[in-house]
This record gives sequence, structure tokens and C-alpha cells, in this order.
Amino acid sequence: MRQIGSETLPVAWNEPQAAEIVRRHAGQEGALLPILRDLQAAFRCIPPPAVPFVADALNLTRAEVHGVVTFYRDFRAAPAGHRVLKLCRAEACQAMDGERIARRILDRFGLEWGGTTPDGRLTVEATYCLGLCACAPAALLDEVPIGRLNDAAPDELAVEVGT
Amino acid sequence: MTLRIFVPRDAAARAVGADRVAAAIVTEARRLDLALELVRTGSRGLFWLEPMVEMETGDGRLAFGPVTPADVPSLLALGPPAAKAHPLCLGRPDDIPFLKRQTRITFARCGVIDPLSLADYRAHGGYRGLARALALGPAATIEEVVRSGLRGRGGAGFPTGIKWRTVAETSTDRRFIVCNADEGDSGTYADRMLMEGDPFGVIEGMTIAGFAVGASKGFVYIRSEYPDAIRVMREAVDIARASGCLGADAAAGGFAFDIEIRVGAGAYVCGEETSLLESLEGRRGQVRAKPPLPAHKGLFGHPTAINNLLTLACVPAILADGAERYAGLGAGRSRGTMPIQLAGNVRHGGLFETPFGLTLGEIVDDIGGGTANGRPVRAVQVGGPLGAYFPRTLFDTPFDYEAFAARDGLLGHGGIVVFDDRVDMARQARFALDFCALESCGKCTPCRIGSIRGTETMDRILRGERVEANLALIEDLCQTLRFGSLCALGGFTPYPVMSALRHFPEDFGRPRLAAAAD
Repeated sequence: MRQIGSETLPVAWNEPQAAEIVRRHAGQEGALLPILRDLQAAFRCIPPPAVPFVADALNLTRAEVHGVVTFYRDFRAAPAGHRVLKLCRAEACQAMDGERIARRILDRFGLEWGGTTPDGRLTVEATYCLGLCACAPAALLDEVPIGRLNDAAPDELAVEVGT
Repeated sequence: MTLRIFVPRDAAARAVGADRVAAAIVTEARRLDLALELVRTGSRGLFWLEPMVEMETGDGRLAFGPVTPADVPSLLALGPPAAKAHPLCLGRPDDIPFLKRQTRITFARCGVIDPLSLADYRAHGGYRGLARALALGPAATIEEVVRSGLRGRGGAGFPTGIKWRTVAETSTDRRFIVCNADEGDSGTYADRMLMEGDPFGVIEGMTIAGFAVGASKGFVYIRSEYPDAIRVMREAVDIARASGCLGADAAAGGFAFDIEIRVGAGAYVCGEETSLLESLEGRRGQVRAKPPLPAHKGLFGHPTAINNLLTLACVPAILADGAERYAGLGAGRSRGTMPIQLAGNVRHGGLFETPFGLTLGEIVDDIGGGTANGRPVRAVQVGGPLGAYFPRTLFDTPFDYEAFAARDGLLGHGGIVVFDDRVDMARQARFALDFCALESCGKCTPCRIGSIRGTETMDRILRGERVEANLALIEDLCQTLRFGSLCALGGFTPYPVMSALRHFPEDFGRPRLAAAAD
């Protein structure tokens, strides 16, 4: 069994695996974002060696690939925690007291926005709209939608993520 | 007899427990040894009643909600003959006032059918639109869309038929259809609901567009914040391809058309069409200067019809039932229906599709039922984070493109976020500037730098430092943003900022407006 604490470590860079990912996108037009998504799924972040590797494979400059990786919020330089909680901070959730509840959730885990718990179990991130605006305030725990967050949410989430 | 029960698989219904209710139904049916057919539908869009469960009875479907797992045994014990007596029974869904008042064209199937059943889709009118387009031919199909008066539902309101005609008339060896499903505006969820509840409608709309303009490839660009929608759309495209609705001879219509699903990566600005095209090409999502228009020189330099998902989803019904029927609805130059999305602090939050022309007050007070917590409605933001805040004194504004423009607002993608009397409008104005700073692509200076200077200036106002001088700076900065930005992100950020300042001056340390002032 993997230790939870090791979850935040990157998966070791593996060039044959990366090459296989790039190969799967051969012939796809504008393949850089789909390739980066798949690399992140495999390595839990975009590891530094991925940038020159992908640049070489797609005949781009390193600067171009670096520019794309750093432009999009989804791409990580380092792995997130075992679970990722995205809390919506946009207007519809603000109107339903979302900021106050978000603060209580952060405090429950001793985190600031974007932080990861020391045991690596949970990362809490801000997001701006999950399309759950009629069930605000809303969140996404990994890919599970959660609506109508209330004052019970911090403890319920703590039970759910086991911390 | 098999018991047929419908539970939404819509992400917002799941967010309030639809999966737990579905599981409880399966468990209870097994315990009672009942033959059960559980259909996971999209949502009808009445979110205060979610999870809303429907049961097939001798009198058609009956709705129940909001249902918890604890309600399931009593519901199944009654069964179809007696379920009407259950305390959570809402009657027939179409008789619920919120649904009864709607004109559902784009959302006719959403919440009704199994979204991944092509047979269900066809049984509910699916692919009638494409059949008529094939009979009319490409040019007449475009003219049908022109005559329907359909305008882009993403916010810009550009006539769809004219865009298609431009793409069709531009000579090239390749054209593209791009469906913009990067629905990032807070308060909007119509694209998400359709992708999860009626994906074949989107696919048929894109296929008609491809046939009309002569494109053989379409892309759907879906934001990564919508994992459920991505899954359903991918599965629907696979089903459509396997059944011949997409491919070398799409729907046996004698033309090639296929669709690829692409996923965004967390950049709001990619909802802007040229930024979306950059992202599809594998670059930073930075906006392009226009001209050239995407219709002339779009994806990979080829003529591209890039339309909002709702726009494309309107097309099958327009073709199936004729342009006149669609154009016969609406107000002024805003023809047809708009799926309005009620969100935030609202009692009856949900999707309300209706012809243009209702007043903002009717929508917020009558249909939405005011706030969820019963406090007075103080402000509503219409059209997402770049839309204006409206006070109650402007609740007589009719919901159409021109009427909103005349009041310094915009419809955007049709989202309305309701705030109660505790809202601090100076903080909302600050958020609008901060959001612009956070999401700016960085290409043009007013947006990249102006948004940050604006946030800093608002902070000084909130601290009470030289308030009048700093407000003058904000107004000046908004002028620069409005006229100096390349795209709507910088260009429209002044809408929420200036509307907050104009209609709620007391929140900025200025004298309150007289009640009658407008």
C-alpha cells in the first residue's frame, strides 16, 4: 500500500511512458494541451523534463511549451495532495455566504488557498464557477460535485478525506 | 410490471444527493423484489426541488421532490397507483408552475430522456432538423437560420445565419465548426445542463452547421470544471459515431462530419472566441486582434463557424419546425427563446426558457420568488462577471439584447445572480476588477495592468482614503478599459464596476440616491 505522505511526491519521470503518451496523439492537430493533460494524469504534475521532451516531439521551442504550461491554471509544477477540493469563489456562491463557509473550511484544515495539508491528504483550491450556481455555495471534491455547503461542511469534508 | 423511475444524473442534482437517492431506490426495489428500470436523465432545472424523482404511472410521469434516501421506502411502498398521495408529490412535471410557464425549445428533451439513448433522442424529435436540412440543401439551410433571427447565445448576440453565410462563402479547402462550451460565467449552467441532459442535440446542431457551411470537422471545447459534461459528451460522440450519425457519411446524408471533444485547462478567457481558437491550436489562450474574423480566418487559419453551445443547440428545432415558428417568439430584434438561469440567493433557482421580453422584475420576483433566505432583493447581476448590477429601480427592463444595452447592461449568456440586502456593492466592484486581473490573458495593457491598478484603487476606497479622488480615477480607468481593451474581458469589466457605483453610491461613501432616481 502506498503511504499517504508520499502522495505529494512527483511520479518519477519516465521517458518511454511520456513517449507513449505523445505517440497516442500522433496526427492530432493542436495536440499540445491534450498531451499535457495526459502527462499530468500520468505524472501528477508537469515534471521539468517534460518541457524539453514535448518541445522536441512537437517541433516547438521550450519557451513555447513553458509558456503554455504556465498560462493554464490546471497544469501543476508539483503534485497536489491525495484529494483536491475546489471551492467556488464566484458571484453566485458569494451571494450565498460562500466566502465565509470557504474560510471555515480552510481553517478546519489549517490551510490557505492553494495549500496542501502536511500529511498530503488534501489540497484546497479556489475556482471560479462550477456551473452549480443554483445550488450555491458549491465545490468539487476531485470530480464529485457538492452543493449547498453549510456550516456542517468543514467537519463532513474532514470525515470524507480522513484528516 | 416493471417500475420505471427517473433520477437526474445532472451534476447539480448529484451535488445535492441524486446518486444517494438512486442507490436507495435500487436497494429498496431489490428488497421488495420489484422489477425496476432506473433511468438517469438530465435535470428539468428546478434545482430547489432536486433531487427530483419521477415515477411512471398510469397517468404519465409524476414528480417528487426534494427526495432524500429516507423518503424512498414510503415512495416505493405506495407505487405507481397510489404515489399521488405521497407528501412529496409535485404532480405531473409539466403542471409544476415553474415548468408550465416556460416555452421549452432548446431544453425540450432535457430531464425527459435518457441522454445517452439515441433511440430516446429520435423518439423525441431528434434528427428531424438534420433531415429537413438535407432536404433543403446547404444554402437554404443557412437562409432558414438567417430568417429565424437566431443570435449568438454566448453574449455577443451576433446573427448566427450571417456568420454561417460568411464561412460558407469564404473560399478554402477546409472549414471548421467550433462549439464554445467554455461556460465560465458565474450564474450560468445552461451549457452544462444540455451537455449532461441532451448531448445529441448539440451533436445534431453541429452536424447541421457542418452540412450548411461545408465543414467536415467540429470541435467542442469544454471547460475542465465540468467533468460530468465531458464524460457524457465523449460517450455521446462515440455512440453517434458507432451508429453512423457522425463519420464519413454522417447520418447517411452523403457528407463527412466528425466531432472531437477538447478539454480546457482552467482559463476563463478561453471563452472568448479567438482565445479559444488559440487554445485549440495548442497555444496560450491569448486573444487575437480582429480582423481577421474567425469566419474568414479562424482555426488553423481556416474559415471557422465558432458558436456558443446554446446557439448550436437551437438549430435542430429551428430546422425541424421552421424559421417562422422560432422567429414568431420574442421581442424586438431578440427572436426566439432564451434559457434564463436563476442563481445565487434565489428561492426558485433554476433554468427558465422563455421568449425574450419578460421584465427583470417578473423573472426575479415572480419566477425566482425573491431570495432564498426571504430577505429583500437588493441587486442582481445579469450576464456573468462582466455583466452589470441592476437595482430594483431598473426591474422594469425587458429581457432582450437592446433593452439591456440601453440601460448599460448586457444579457451575456443569460445568467442572473441574485443578492440580498447584505451585499456590499463596493466589494462586488472590487471583485470584478480582481477577477479581471486574475483572468487577464495579458495581451493588452488596459486589461493586464488596468485591472490590477483598479483593484488597488478600490482597496483605497474601501479603506476610506481620498474617496472622491480615487472614485474619479476608477471612472477614468473604466473608460480606458472599455475602449482600449482587445476583448470583452477588459472591455466589459467596467459594466459591473460602473453599475455598482452608479446605482449604489452609498456603498462607496457617496450620498444615497433618492428613491425615485433612475
